[in-house]
Amino acid sequence: MDGFIYPNEGVVEWDLLIVVYPYITGLVAGAFVVSSLYHVFGIKALKPVARFSLVAALAFLLFAPLPLVIHLGRPERALQMFITPNLASAMSAFGFIWLAYFLLVLTEVWLVFREDIVRYAKTSEGVWKTVYTVLALGVLEISEEARAIDAKLIKILALVGIPSAFLLHGYVGFIFGAVKANPWWSTPLMPIIFITSATVSGIALLLVMYVVSSKIRNVPLDHNCLRALAIWLLGILCVNLVLEGLEIFSMNYEAEESWEIISRLINEKIYFSYFGIQFILGAVVPLIILSYAELTRSGESVKTPARVLAATLVLVGVFAMRWNVVIGGQLMSKSFRGFTDYVPPIFGLEGVLVAAAFMIAPVVFFVVLVRVLPPWQEEPKEPEPRRLSF
Amino acid sequence: MGAKGLLGGALAYSGVASVMRKPARAEGVTRGLLAPEPVKIDWKKYHWGFVCDDDKCIGCGRCVVACKKENDVPWEPEYNRTWVERYVIDEEGEFFVDSPNAGRDGFAADYMNVKYEALDVRKSFFVPKLCNQCDNPPCVKVCPVGATYMTDDGVVLVDHGHCIGCRYCIQACPYGARFMLPRGHKSHFGVDRVIDKCNWCYHRIHRGLLPACVQACPVEARLFGDLRDPESVVSRITREKRVYTLKPELGTDPKVFYLGFEKGVH
Repeated sequence: MDGFIYPNEGVVEWDLLIVVYPYITGLVAGAFVVSSLYHVFGIKALKPVARFSLVAALAFLLFAPLPLVIHLGRPERALQMFITPNLASAMSAFGFIWLAYFLLVLTEVWLVFREDIVRYAKTSEGVWKTVYTVLALGVLEISEEARAIDAKLIKILALVGIPSAFLLHGYVGFIFGAVKANPWWSTPLMPIIFITSATVSGIALLLVMYVVSSKIRNVPLDHNCLRALAIWLLGILCVNLVLEGLEIFSMNYEAEESWEIISRLINEKIYFSYFGIQFILGAVVPLIILSYAELTRSGESVKTPARVLAATLVLVGVFAMRWNVVIGGQLMSKSFRGFTDYVPPIFGLEGVLVAAAFMIAPVVFFVVLVRVLPPWQEEPKEPEPRRLSF
Repeated sequence: MGAKGLLGGALAYSGVASVMRKPARAEGVTRGLLAPEPVKIDWKKYHWGFVCDDDKCIGCGRCVVACKKENDVPWEPEYNRTWVERYVIDEEGEFFVDSPNAGRDGFAADYMNVKYEALDVRKSFFVPKLCNQCDNPPCVKVCPVGATYMTDDGVVLVDHGHCIGCRYCIQACPYGARFMLPRGHKSHFGVDRVIDKCNWCYHRIHRGLLPACVQACPVEARLFGDLRDPESVVSRITREKRVYTLKPELGTDPKVFYLGFEKGVH
């Protein structure tokens, strides 16, 4: 504790789990945008990651509500969000937005993989045959005509999915941005910054996952695809950096009553995670690396690790941004006269280990998912029949 | 003496006579709770208000203790329905604000004062704090399940049987009035880890009694009454004196009015 805080402010109520939650939904929204860039906007270079990103979005989406539910004081009452929602509350929309978006992504994944599923169902044996027949939901028709309908539906879903993805994450930004009691949160820029940072983190995640999975599977990288990802990352990272800079610049320029405490917050309390990680390591350095990879003639053996490094730094930077918003906003007393402290515990439900588990779980689930529905699209070939060999 | 007589005596003793001057109204309130057949009371006719007089408060902390006992608030200083802040301003105009143990143990102990010994104090005063029962409450707006709501007579309550403990309301309250009951500290409804806050002793004011902190205050620095009743003490003060509310720029429209304004108190 430093200075004066209201007596009830000694407890940081939204802890590490609430940092993890917007981080995960951000990855979902970003990954979905990448898949839509291919499916809707026809950016062909992204084809190798188009299906891949959808599966990643699904895996992370499935785990997004868990940190929230665990964090509730009464988790057993979580479903009251559906039963007695207070529609004036932004938070009451969470359940509905999440559910709608989940159904949308699930449907799109099913449509995109339907052809594969049907082929697997026809060629596999034993348990696998049952699994795929169930997954096909009894629709075994994959004629040209049927596939054309699929493609049309996919395009519509991918199109509807973009505003939905922005809604899913922009709404998280609104949860913070609409709290007038907290001047560090209360800005209409907040939802927009959440959307751009979400997109940035999703692209960065896909870039890393694409390279890592290709290495593991020992298949050559599609450098065109990698370059497209890197360029999109570069572009949106620029926008994101400008918006985040604009936010703090206007707070500084307007210099309202709260500026004094905000200035102390960023210069003393979250100096390292704000300037050090969020801005320099997580944005400026990746921008330099990505620009370097674009502008120089070095070979792919240099560019690929450089791009992976930049993307990794972006992922760390966006996590720091979530931390600085969620935790930073609560360190500052609403009396504007002091700060409380927060160091996350290692053990316990609100601890570092549980938070780490929530970050790893979607990746593990992703690995399982790609075993069932291989999203790889190196060359068009018949899916291999699944034989009973465990 | 019948039950009614007893209660009448209690009302007179507790000073409620000044809160609800019109006998008919006071009788309506008491009958509603004591008679076997409940009397229908139109609670919209009441709009409670609260006055804190910063010039009178002596920082004894009896209000904090009374509140904790009356409402079974955790004794630890991190959980409070009400608290008292001390403002010290030195000759340079610099502010020093503190609230040791939320004011629960008063401000007289030596260890609470050594830090001010070398200070050239220009003025100092106490500010009692509690839920403002805002007419435009941000906490009610953000509650995702409608567990916190405003009653017809303008008091914001929390339904412990419904609250999911998301703590959005704690974030939304500009005054730090809300807290979560810690694990193991069950409310009257038998649950812990739900949100709690001052409700102006809703159970007492509906029986014609004063909130516990008002009753405990030895210097009348806390006053309570019906803003719709022109004769009530809060009506008189808000009508005749210059009062201010905390953080008026946020548009929350608080119903706790302060006498003794000082810039920098929020």
